[in-house]
Amino acid sequence: MTEPPLLDMRGVTKVFGDVRANDGVDLVVRPGDVLGLLGENGAGKTTLMNVLFGAYQADAGVILIDSKPVRIRNSADALAYGIGMVHQHFHLAPRLSALENLLIGQPGRFGMLDRRRAVARLEEIRRNFGLWVDPKRMVFNLAIGEQQRLEIVKALFRGARLLILDEPTAVLTPAEADGLFAAMRAMSKQGFGIVFITHKLAEARAVATRCVILRHGKVAGAVERPAEASNRDIARLMCGRDIAPPERAPVAVGDAVLELKRVSTRPHGGAALAEVSLTVRGGEIVGVAGVSGNGQRALADVLSGMLAPTGGEIRLAGAPMRRAAPEEAQRLGLGRIPEDRMRTGLVTALTVADNMILPRLKKRPFSRYGWIDTKAIRAFAEERILAFDIRCPGPDARTAMLSGGNLQKILLARELAHDPIVLLAAQPTRGLDIGATRFVHDRFLEMRERGRGILLISEDLEELMALTDRIAVMYDGRIAGEMATSEATVERLGLLMVGANAETGERRT
Amino acid sequence: MGFRLEPRASTPAWLNAALSFGAVAAALILCAGLIALSGADVLSAYAIMFDNAFGNVYALTETLVKATPLVFTGLAVAVAFHAKFWNIGAEGQLLAGAMLGCWVGGFANVPGPLAIVLMLIAGAIGGAAVALAPALLRVRLKVDDVVSSLLINSIVYYVMMALIEGPWKDPMSGYPNSPPIQDAANFPILMEGTRLHLGVVLAALAAPLIWVLMRRTTLGFAIHAVGENAEASAYGGIRVNQVLLTAAAISGGLAGLAGVSEVGGIHYQVMSEISTGYGYTGIVIAMLARLNPLGVIPAAVFFAAVMTGAEAMSRATGVPVFLAQVIQATALITMLVALLFNAYRIRRTGGPAGVGAH
Repeated sequence: MTEPPLLDMRGVTKVFGDVRANDGVDLVVRPGDVLGLLGENGAGKTTLMNVLFGAYQADAGVILIDSKPVRIRNSADALAYGIGMVHQHFHLAPRLSALENLLIGQPGRFGMLDRRRAVARLEEIRRNFGLWVDPKRMVFNLAIGEQQRLEIVKALFRGARLLILDEPTAVLTPAEADGLFAAMRAMSKQGFGIVFITHKLAEARAVATRCVILRHGKVAGAVERPAEASNRDIARLMCGRDIAPPERAPVAVGDAVLELKRVSTRPHGGAALAEVSLTVRGGEIVGVAGVSGNGQRALADVLSGMLAPTGGEIRLAGAPMRRAAPEEAQRLGLGRIPEDRMRTGLVTALTVADNMILPRLKKRPFSRYGWIDTKAIRAFAEERILAFDIRCPGPDARTAMLSGGNLQKILLARELAHDPIVLLAAQPTRGLDIGATRFVHDRFLEMRERGRGILLISEDLEELMALTDRIAVMYDGRIAGEMATSEATVERLGLLMVGANAETGERRT
Repeated sequence: MGFRLEPRASTPAWLNAALSFGAVAAALILCAGLIALSGADVLSAYAIMFDNAFGNVYALTETLVKATPLVFTGLAVAVAFHAKFWNIGAEGQLLAGAMLGCWVGGFANVPGPLAIVLMLIAGAIGGAAVALAPALLRVRLKVDDVVSSLLINSIVYYVMMALIEGPWKDPMSGYPNSPPIQDAANFPILMEGTRLHLGVVLAALAAPLIWVLMRRTTLGFAIHAVGENAEASAYGGIRVNQVLLTAAAISGGLAGLAGVSEVGGIHYQVMSEISTGYGYTGIVIAMLARLNPLGVIPAAVFFAAVMTGAEAMSRATGVPVFLAQVIQATALITMLVALLFNAYRIRRTGGPAGVGAH
């Protein structure tokens, strides 16, 4: 029996300038479907959903809701048709309570907010889907996972029957992701439709009832029972070619290239760092695992010279770091891939070439006696763009126009240009697609083979397990445990990540 | 059927120039209604205005003389705003430059060129010092630079008034004016029968110099980078605070030169109405020029032309002279609207694109 589809998109096309972001896309969601929408960055997933949610108008094609053609001009229209969307960046008012956020834009009773009825609705949503957010708590006090739950509750609260989740797991811990999947299954059972945008194949296979893969704006294929398909099959559809897992060659481990001895710091806001000791040797990739907000940011900031340590010692390539300054860390041979490439890594308003030389602005050949050598800068940038296969119109392109994968390539191209002895990489593949992730991983492995050291801070356990030699787990600003990757399991790491002792399973206090 | 804005993938080069001229034209068209309202013929009113701003050599030189302080303050604001140092204090920096320049010019009894050079240096230092105060407050204590740089204007103004009403009052005239500078310090007049003085040339040279500074030097690069993203600049090893202070000093120095130029080229002394808000107008000029140092010159000339032209138009047609300010303000607004089209374009919605359109 086939029920009439909730959503039927036919031949949807959206053009930006010369780019066909969506090109004749057909997409059907039936009640109870959890549709995994997969594709590389720039494949058109988010554009398609923005067309559906009314942020863009399609240039061609029709959208049918409950078999009736509709015109969606803005998010209010979308909501009226029962479409809810949870964006990657939440749209919540942080200084209001969870309940008040639910009531924004809702009609009240006689001009008053109807709190009692809202709480009753909230209870109903909890009973039906197991989703709960304490209505009285202020949003800025909610953890990221809870804020996301509030966004989903908000969509349901407003009567959504079709929910779009744009990369919802990117900000979640493994346990939180499991909770989200349980709620998604509950919604599916009750006949809701879900479109689940993701990069992560394992997640699509775990929760989706059907997958559609986009490539270059077109539907590249569909997988009817994703749980039975292999990662490799889906990956091939996404990339248009086979992607083999990275291979780690045996490497002789050298001297310590990065040493932290009981390093502490206390940043303005954000988690502190308490007496962290770590060593990375040449030819080693050391991973730092942990739920975000447990001091990883402070660790990266202290190492890169953005934050002064309040105690302890940092040695880079055997030499002590005497001054907390980025130029000092660079001088001692540190390459850096910061967590936030748009805010910390790159000045996106400048050109690609300008960003390529930013840390070496005052060095020859890029400048002499304070005069910039534009030719040398361009030549260097052109060489780097070729070497790292950066997709951009040229060295003079504005950096802000490029995709996340290409931004990360710019940073890599810049930081690896002078062969750093140690690379500090914080969440280097967050938000990158399979191809770009693979590119980054290959560069890391090349560095390792040349006897360089890498400190890889990541929330992606799969990445850590695949690349590293050792893994340290951070919890509450400390190293909760460290083990050889060959002895690590997701369960052992997971316990350490939530503050439980790895051996006994006891919770730390 | 409706219209909506969509981001542009790229901005064609011709559009940047066209937008500036388009904005000015739009302002003149918008203000035509006001001229008509006051009973004058629009075209002849604008013709009189243009004629009295550019129509003969004397009018042209007057326009350039009036544009000169605006070029300096416009450049001052452009440099500061590039670094996102919100310098609203060009007015006070100008006054400080005028005072220090005048003070040095008052006793610099040395051969002409040297006296003028000393005056210029003193004025630039005076302006820079006043600009450094809010910059230091921001860098050290995170004090909002908009508020502090603005308030310092009043302090400098009243210090100046106290001086020229008190210890500095010219004993010869008895008016609240400072004593005149030495004759040797008077800027040479470049064309007989006009007021075209050395400061005009200095302003014309300053704009390309600042352009080169911003485009071709590591300092200019750093100012751009810090202004666009201070955190990423620091991460890249640029000393953000140092760059901010340097940009503030350059900005204040340029504003100070505006003051020296008015003292040395026009008034030969400091008096209460040495500046008619040139520092504040500099903000508008810089915005009109879209912070491009070369664009500051046409923007300043446009403002000066409207000022000189409007007076003549008022005399000839009876249109109130305040229209000059209305045109200037309208030009700023149309420019801000034009900036939108730099990044966006208008698209019609609901055409063939209509999803299920009816």
